[in-house]
Amino acid sequence: MSLNQNILVKLKQAGLRINGKWLVKGVSLQIEKGKIVTLIGPNGSGKSTTAKIALGIYKKIDGEVEKYTNKVGYVPQKISIDWTLPLRVNDFMVLTENLKDEAINEALSLTGVIHLKDKNLGDLSGGEFQRVLLARAISKKPDLLVLDEPVQGVDFTGEIALYELIKKISDELNCGILLISHDLHTVMSATDHVVCLNGHVCCSGSPLDVAKNNEYKALFGEQASQILTRYKHSHDHIHTNEGEIKKN
Amino acid sequence: MLDDFFIRALVAGLGIAFVTGPLGCFVIWRRLSYFGDTLAHSALLGVTLAYTLEFNIAISVFIISSLIALILIQLQKKTNLPGDALLGLLAHSSLAVGLVVIGFLTFIRFDIMGLLFGDILAVTVDDILIIWIGGPLILLVLKLIWKPLFASTVNYELAEAEGLNPDRAKAIFTILMAGIIAISIKMVGLLLITGMLIIPAAMARNISSSPQSMVIYSVLGGLLSVILGLFTSLQFNTSSGPSIIAASLFLFILSLVKIKQSIKLKN
Repeated sequence: MSLNQNILVKLKQAGLRINGKWLVKGVSLQIEKGKIVTLIGPNGSGKSTTAKIALGIYKKIDGEVEKYTNKVGYVPQKISIDWTLPLRVNDFMVLTENLKDEAINEALSLTGVIHLKDKNLGDLSGGEFQRVLLARAISKKPDLLVLDEPVQGVDFTGEIALYELIKKISDELNCGILLISHDLHTVMSATDHVVCLNGHVCCSGSPLDVAKNNEYKALFGEQASQILTRYKHSHDHIHTNEGEIKKN
Repeated sequence: MLDDFFIRALVAGLGIAFVTGPLGCFVIWRRLSYFGDTLAHSALLGVTLAYTLEFNIAISVFIISSLIALILIQLQKKTNLPGDALLGLLAHSSLAVGLVVIGFLTFIRFDIMGLLFGDILAVTVDDILIIWIGGPLILLVLKLIWKPLFASTVNYELAEAEGLNPDRAKAIFTILMAGIIAISIKMVGLLLITGMLIIPAAMARNISSSPQSMVIYSVLGGLLSVILGLFTSLQFNTSSGPSIIAASLFLFILSLVKIKQSIKLKN
């Protein structure tokens, strides 16, 4: 067991190789109670894979994962639900845990979709469904929340409100959050710890430290280091098929 | 009362319908109808084994079907063949081997038709006991694994991430499938068991809006199919299996009419 009682999940040099190709390699990070850890990085840099490793979805991984809680709420990046199932929002809310009606209502109200409670899940719009996903994840009052691009498809004002909600949840429930986001604004303002991924950990630390880091600048562009929303990506190295990294 | 063959068949059939209702919903949700077929086809091997060793048919079928399910899981891991090809391979080869073995057993007179399509005359008090002990047992286990099984049916990764152990639930469900086939083979016949699982559940899907209501309608549809089917079977001297399945088809068609109406209402 860990000496630090606040640690929820700890990754030690974790990685995943499928068919000889590394999806992500050598990631070390830890998520503590009440802290928000954010993963940033370009497409295909292994953010979602890292989240799934932390959740224990992959069984054959490299390195180690130590998970100290089973009260987990997960918002996946992609979710394919078979619509042959007759499933209402209400049924979806109690999918992994039996909840009291008040808890369901509270969570749906927080994400602003209480009016959709009796609707068929297949009839929701992308943004509405995303709000339901987030409501489901927070409704069970988890110790650990893993949010993989939780506000994709949500309208602009909703996006800001939901990020504020996530910050509030982290404070109120004192739960640890692993967040994956493309919105550098949010990342830099609400996060305790940033991990910048590109198949491996490029750099990590407090938002300020990371913003000053040269590798981060190389990955996201000079402007991003001044906490900008511009998302610019240039590689300083090449990834070979075997997952090795070569400097340019 | 159980002296009457018809009452025996009715009691057995209703017992089966209580179990096929909820299991059938999962067969539809998880797209397992061909998998059910494979297990049912392999049941013939179980039956011949039971005759050869003078063993209880239900238990022997249960063992063989579970074994075939295990082999399937191993083949899925070790070969690159698609799932439906593996299912077809196992279904037809086990049916063929079963029939070949029957050919060798010349000293026993086999009622092949009864085996394939069910025979209400064949239901004994022992069969009723097996159905009414095995059936509730299957339902109890299904209730225990409902949460992880249903959650992983909706989304595997969510269930796994939130600590529900979906792989274990799936393995247990496979065994339950072998169980229902074992207890219903005499009544419905091995070619039609999957129909008993799928058709009432499909009917239920047409008229329900939540998973719970689908399970309830599926059970009701199964019970009604058994009653309708067995009376038809008695009246017109037809095999019990086809009569029950035909009755469930009739209910399914009725449920389509209901859909049509609700579409009209919306417009």
